[in-house]
Amino acid sequence: MSAVIPTPTADHAHDHAHDHPHGWRRWLYATNHKDIGTLYLWFSFSMFIVGGVLALALRLELFQPGLQFWRPEFFNQLTTMHGVIMVFGAIMPAFVGFANWMIPMQIGAPDMAFARMNNFSFWLLPPAALLIVVSFFVPGGATAAGWTLYAPLTVQMGPGMDLAIFALHIMGASSIMGSINIITTILNMRAPGMTLMKMPMFCWTWLITAYLLIAVMPVLAGAITMTLTDRHFGTSFFNAAGGGDPVMYQHIFWFFGHPEVYIMILPAFGIISQIIPVFARKPLFGYASMVYATASIAILSFIVWAHHMFTTGMPVTGQLFFMYATMLIAIPTGVKVFNWIATMYKGSMTFETPMLFAIGFIFVFTMGGFTGLILAVAPIDIQVQDSYYVVAHFHYVLVAGSLFALFAGAYFWLPKWTGHMYDEKLGKWHFWLSMIFFNVTFFPMHFLGLAGMPRRYADYPMQFADFNMMATIGGFGFGLTQMIFLYVVVKCIKGGPKAAENPWHAADGGLEWTLPSPAPFHTFETPPMVR
Amino acid sequence: MTNTINSRTTLLRAACAGLLTTAAGGAAAIQSRFNLAPPVTQIARDVHWLHNMMLIICGLIFVAVFSVMFYSIWKHRKSKGAVAANWHENTTVEIVWTVIPFIIVIVMALPATRTVVAMKDTSNADLTVKVTGYQWQWGYDYVRGEGEGISFLSKLATPVAQIEGREPRTSTYLLDVTQPLVVPVNKKVRVITTANDVIHAWWVPAFSVKQDAIPGFARDTWFRADKIGTFRGQCAELCGKDHAFMPIAVQVVSAEDYTKWVAGKKKEMAALQDDPLKQWTLPELVARGEKVYQTNCQSCHQANGQGVAGAFPALAGSKVVASKPDQIQILLGGKNLMPSWKALSDVELAAVATYTRNSFGNKSDEVQPTEFKAARK
Repeated sequence: MSAVIPTPTADHAHDHAHDHPHGWRRWLYATNHKDIGTLYLWFSFSMFIVGGVLALALRLELFQPGLQFWRPEFFNQLTTMHGVIMVFGAIMPAFVGFANWMIPMQIGAPDMAFARMNNFSFWLLPPAALLIVVSFFVPGGATAAGWTLYAPLTVQMGPGMDLAIFALHIMGASSIMGSINIITTILNMRAPGMTLMKMPMFCWTWLITAYLLIAVMPVLAGAITMTLTDRHFGTSFFNAAGGGDPVMYQHIFWFFGHPEVYIMILPAFGIISQIIPVFARKPLFGYASMVYATASIAILSFIVWAHHMFTTGMPVTGQLFFMYATMLIAIPTGVKVFNWIATMYKGSMTFETPMLFAIGFIFVFTMGGFTGLILAVAPIDIQVQDSYYVVAHFHYVLVAGSLFALFAGAYFWLPKWTGHMYDEKLGKWHFWLSMIFFNVTFFPMHFLGLAGMPRRYADYPMQFADFNMMATIGGFGFGLTQMIFLYVVVKCIKGGPKAAENPWHAADGGLEWTLPSPAPFHTFETPPMVR
Repeated sequence: MTNTINSRTTLLRAACAGLLTTAAGGAAAIQSRFNLAPPVTQIARDVHWLHNMMLIICGLIFVAVFSVMFYSIWKHRKSKGAVAANWHENTTVEIVWTVIPFIIVIVMALPATRTVVAMKDTSNADLTVKVTGYQWQWGYDYVRGEGEGISFLSKLATPVAQIEGREPRTSTYLLDVTQPLVVPVNKKVRVITTANDVIHAWWVPAFSVKQDAIPGFARDTWFRADKIGTFRGQCAELCGKDHAFMPIAVQVVSAEDYTKWVAGKKKEMAALQDDPLKQWTLPELVARGEKVYQTNCQSCHQANGQGVAGAFPALAGSKVVASKPDQIQILLGGKNLMPSWKALSDVELAAVATYTRNSFGNKSDEVQPTEFKAARK
């Protein structure tokens, strides 16, 4: 395609490097993938703080039995918006930020395929975030129907619900545009010689993730549009009295929702697959099987959605099908974990912060994987569905999974982004405190769920008091620990030891390590040759 | 706070307890602390067994996999002079570690399949109870078997003072109900669930029974409790503001006690039956309505009828309350957060309407049960 045609002379490329607006215009009119990546990352970090504050507010109420701080209706708003903001505002945009920064540099492309659409897909996000924050202040407050927005509870909500629906629509459009951009970039703009099977794992996982996004974001849009018309235009998609079915909402939502959880974890797998070989000083074990495993997980994700719905009362055959299909996912996921460990085996390892987060990821994410396998067993799921066991499970895969991988990736590539080394000592503090407080917060939730505490509860019986107290203490510790990360990043941007071109001495490193640190504004205007 | 039961000692116990520890059942409400509630049905025992099996297999794999990882972290580190190997592929190994998990998964799925089939077999029940989820209470109707025709509502009995911390909390805090579901021991009870407004879920952990209650649809599940006692659970599907405040209690009694209970309950229901033709006076309705208000309306609209600004409208000086047709319509049909109250009887609705029209400074005429009866059509 035309986009790969190299710029004729180096002189010309040099001119381009200064040809961009400065000040606020640089960001508002940004078309450079690195600038847009930076915008995405700061946006997602600020949403992470907002979502985190909501989480701490709800943990505060759960510190002791009884209602001390919030009314239950506000508590439900907190749990709902914590989920919505973390999923759509923090985790997903963070991975898009990484994709923007790294994919062109990893495949040897000058930029993303559609630079202006890239700008638009980012600048859709702040208005969506604004709608979500504003929804707390409209009559009735933000939506309190849970992040899953189950009908018909959504019909009872106030205008905050409509704002959330609009926000999700906008973020969905942004995701779809981002995905189109990523797919086009990866398929058409790879440097000569870089075949698909030579591509870095991060690009592979994002390619697959982008297809998942394009497949399921419209499904979510459909579900929430039906919710909107049920609320305001007298339709009865989810209303039995009008011939609809509330359970149909759940089918549609989870047809989006299950691939969505892989959208949030596959790029994490990619980041981890980049980091482990570098710090083990040994090539990634089973590259091809990693690619196939990622693709299998993505394909399986479309046929397992109803395992979120075992308690709705499905027929026996339905339960068995979704149970078996779900259990199959353990196999490709297991292959990935085995490959990572085989990469470490007989390596020559060092343990800088990115490696610590990567190892921490494997260790804790695997626990979340095992509880996922346990939850796949329908009779067990029926017992612990909608309990804190599920809360523990998805925080083990989303916090210890996606978030830890994001931290690992941030420490790994910060030297390339900023040109400075981050503070290794503080990075290690960040890791160890995050690891400890994460487990103090979420491990006891397994016990709470098994013993019978339902999720989304503003208040609970006395038997759950001690573990809730522990979880709240851990939660505040985890939240405060993240301030270390902010400090380290700001410090690293402002200065620090000069980072080399290839600071981690990645032997078989990607193309990004052939560039100077910090990476110049424009890179690979002349595509490199990949042997 | 003083009312957190032995929080320090239990935290300590929590810290050193293993995964499989089950706390011995102490006080009636504390059914479990670390593990699934002690089972009192065969299905629940099967689920326990399945969970233990899964936990042990997963635990063994976890230990095996991560001992390899920690071994190489220990041995293959640069600081110890380890030199990296360069191999990065081994087809045999890769096939082996794809096939073995596949076999393990099949081994896990086989016994689970048996339990799935058993859980779904709701045929040949001795007693059938319809459970209806309301915002925020449960309705029980005995539709078939001994006790047929019995019908009552069951809601949270824990006083607000305990929730707000003005009174010490009891061991059954948030689990006390006004009336438990009473069932005979060793009899197969089929539970049909449905809901009046939004989705709820009827969950009794000791039975391993959890079934969503879906408005407009009937779903079923079953249990056969083999132990006498009271078993408690809570609503498990987010259903709005008082989701955490609609507990479930099932009292399992002997066959003789059950027969006695049925007789007593039927007598009690006959006594409560209101004469449908009676014309009520305003003071009678207000007196009855105050009770209905306290149990159903007060948690949102507050004891003084002032509501909560921004969330629950005040009834004092309300235009809707002043207009009889509007009020009847909203009570029967609901609006936004206000659920429909059509599950209440005509007399109860007339009473509570009259009460709100003549309290909190409101002054108006009474509403007769016949007016609600007419409006229902």
